[in-house]
Amino acid sequence: MSILIDENTTFIIQGITGREAVNLTRECLDYGSKIVGGVTPGRKGREVHGVPVFDTIEQVIEHNGGAIPDGSVVTVPPAGTRDAVFEALAAGIKTIVIVTERIPRRDVAAMVEYADQQGARIIGPNCLGLIVPGVAKMGGIGGPAKNAEQAYQPGSVGVMSRSGGMTTEISSTLTAAGLGVSTAVSIGGDAIIGSTYAELMPYFEADPQTEAIVIYTEPGGRMEAQLSAWVKENNSRLPIIAFMAGKFMDDEEMQGMSFGHAGTIVEGKEDSATEKIARLQEAGIPVVERIDEIPDLVKAKIAERSAA
Amino acid sequence: MRFFEYEAREIVKRAGIPVTDYGFTTDAAEAKTIAERIGGPTVIKSQVLTGGRMKAGGVKFADTPEEASQHAADILELEINGHWPRGVLVDPKAEVKQEYYAGVVWDGTAKKPLMLFSDMGGIDIEQVAEEHPDHVGRGHFSPLQPFSDYQAKQVIAAAGVTGKALQRATPILARLARLFLENDMLLAEINPLAELHDGTFVALDAHMEMEDEGMVRQKGLIKALGIAPEEGTREGHTPTPFEEAVKAIDAADHRGVIQGKDTGFHGNIGLVIGAGGGSLTLTDAVRQQGGKPANYSEIGGNPSVAKACGLAKEVLNKDGVEKIAVMMSIVSNTRVDIVARGVIKACLELGKDPGETIAIFRIPGAWEEEGFKILDKYGIEYCDRSVSLWDAAGRAVAKIQGEAA
Repeated sequence: MSILIDENTTFIIQGITGREAVNLTRECLDYGSKIVGGVTPGRKGREVHGVPVFDTIEQVIEHNGGAIPDGSVVTVPPAGTRDAVFEALAAGIKTIVIVTERIPRRDVAAMVEYADQQGARIIGPNCLGLIVPGVAKMGGIGGPAKNAEQAYQPGSVGVMSRSGGMTTEISSTLTAAGLGVSTAVSIGGDAIIGSTYAELMPYFEADPQTEAIVIYTEPGGRMEAQLSAWVKENNSRLPIIAFMAGKFMDDEEMQGMSFGHAGTIVEGKEDSATEKIARLQEAGIPVVERIDEIPDLVKAKIAERSAA
Repeated sequence: MRFFEYEAREIVKRAGIPVTDYGFTTDAAEAKTIAERIGGPTVIKSQVLTGGRMKAGGVKFADTPEEASQHAADILELEINGHWPRGVLVDPKAEVKQEYYAGVVWDGTAKKPLMLFSDMGGIDIEQVAEEHPDHVGRGHFSPLQPFSDYQAKQVIAAAGVTGKALQRATPILARLARLFLENDMLLAEINPLAELHDGTFVALDAHMEMEDEGMVRQKGLIKALGIAPEEGTREGHTPTPFEEAVKAIDAADHRGVIQGKDTGFHGNIGLVIGAGGGSLTLTDAVRQQGGKPANYSEIGGNPSVAKACGLAKEVLNKDGVEKIAVMMSIVSNTRVDIVARGVIKACLELGKDPGETIAIFRIPGAWEEEGFKILDKYGIEYCDRSVSLWDAAGRAVAKIQGEAA
């Protein structure tokens, strides 16, 4: 099992003729994902690695005999992202991965609200998507199929990360330790994102393959406090282990600066690494100092839960 | 992007919110003319992008135009927290009956904008929220649905405000909420919002911050405020020569992205690192093992050899930097061999031995076999994914600072 996508998931790529989208299409197809069409306005009739390109999502659906794709990977430039996502939501697409960076918060918030109304879920923006090892990937996560295979092997740990690259680094560590990954989600590095840790927890909770969760976190925002509250309110069966990067940003000389991702801007005391670590630990979520400590701790926590 | 008070007031005014008959100037003589026009006691306020100007003597009261001119001359020469004023604002001294607070911010958890209103204006809203929570009204509003004034009314009423004040303040908060969304703001604040003795409301100070990502579509407003494009986002600090140089190299070609910062870094370990999360993790790992980084950097996407070379050169050109550590989390888009070529080229062009200068190379992932072959050729110490980010950083610290010690 997995969360959000499985071996039957169909999706489209919006902005499919862009340079990075062409690579992403190749990678996903090689990995076994089912891409049922692409959209770039004005490019109808082309093909990208055998995937037919259309002007509108309506045309994709017509081409597929009325079947609505399950998902969409949105790679269009920031100024056009809101419209592209609205088109996908209006068409009835339920899982949307937004790769695009630098989208203003106003647009992100509007897309999220519309998605809520449509019963759809947005992953990102500014993310690499998600991967179910050995089954499918939706987005650039893990890179070319052969690289993705090396870092991601099927297993028992769910991964959620605000950094796309660190999703792979952590998953590779879990794979090397023989634990493997159930589903890994690059949730995005912006201040407002479609799906936070706490919002994805119920999906992992319902996935029998997942036995533990690892999260990668950064300064900025209140997402970790939200997860801590969720853990306290829900008697989750899943142990969670966290890694916090960017502790150096707590230094006085770094105040007001943002590093790494747009979302790391610290807008209040609660957003700092120190405060976040305290919040997580208070909720019983251990925060490790090093990535290479994660596998042993995951194993210990899983053993603890099964003994209880 | 941050705005000076005189710009923030102009934004508020354009949205139809009443402001005082103030004037902005960079000249003490003109301050006198403005004060004469106002006719009565004035307040002279330094226009700086930093807080604490009242305490620093950047706000002064004048009874006559001559006094206003003298204060303006003093304030124009007053540096506050390392900032020189852009000019002064000459404002009529208002006879205030009651001060209020009106503000709009983003709530990242709710993913919606949040209005705040209080009848305890003039002081920090976070302090009011902590000490007098019943005096603060809050309310989210939709970024999708049209805004309606009753939403602002609810927030003001929730702060315990009723009567004429409620009716007068409602359109002001409503306009602030609309301008917040329409102008891509991160923060829109009127503090204090003053109720005068005749019952009218006027904004006495305003604080605005625009999201950098929104600046492209707010060009019209930025231009109308007279802000030159060269001012950029008006970051909190002046970029250092290293930061400027890296930015220029990044802008020179469109492949991949490089960033470099050295504000607040004072060590001798040159860091050529990436990507976003990897750089944060590695900077921590170096520092936690006793290392002192000379800089922070990020390699992202798939940069050209020239870009990787340019970044490495700038780091090596920093005072006190003899060696660099080249490290990234596992890459899938960035090519290992291209970064390897870039950093080696940087060493050679500076007349340095790559095998001596590159303390450690830890970038596993796409095209790593090709990359490792090149590194072998130059006798550079490298490692694959079996060596953790922590251990790679530890080796860099030992090799660079171990020798120095």
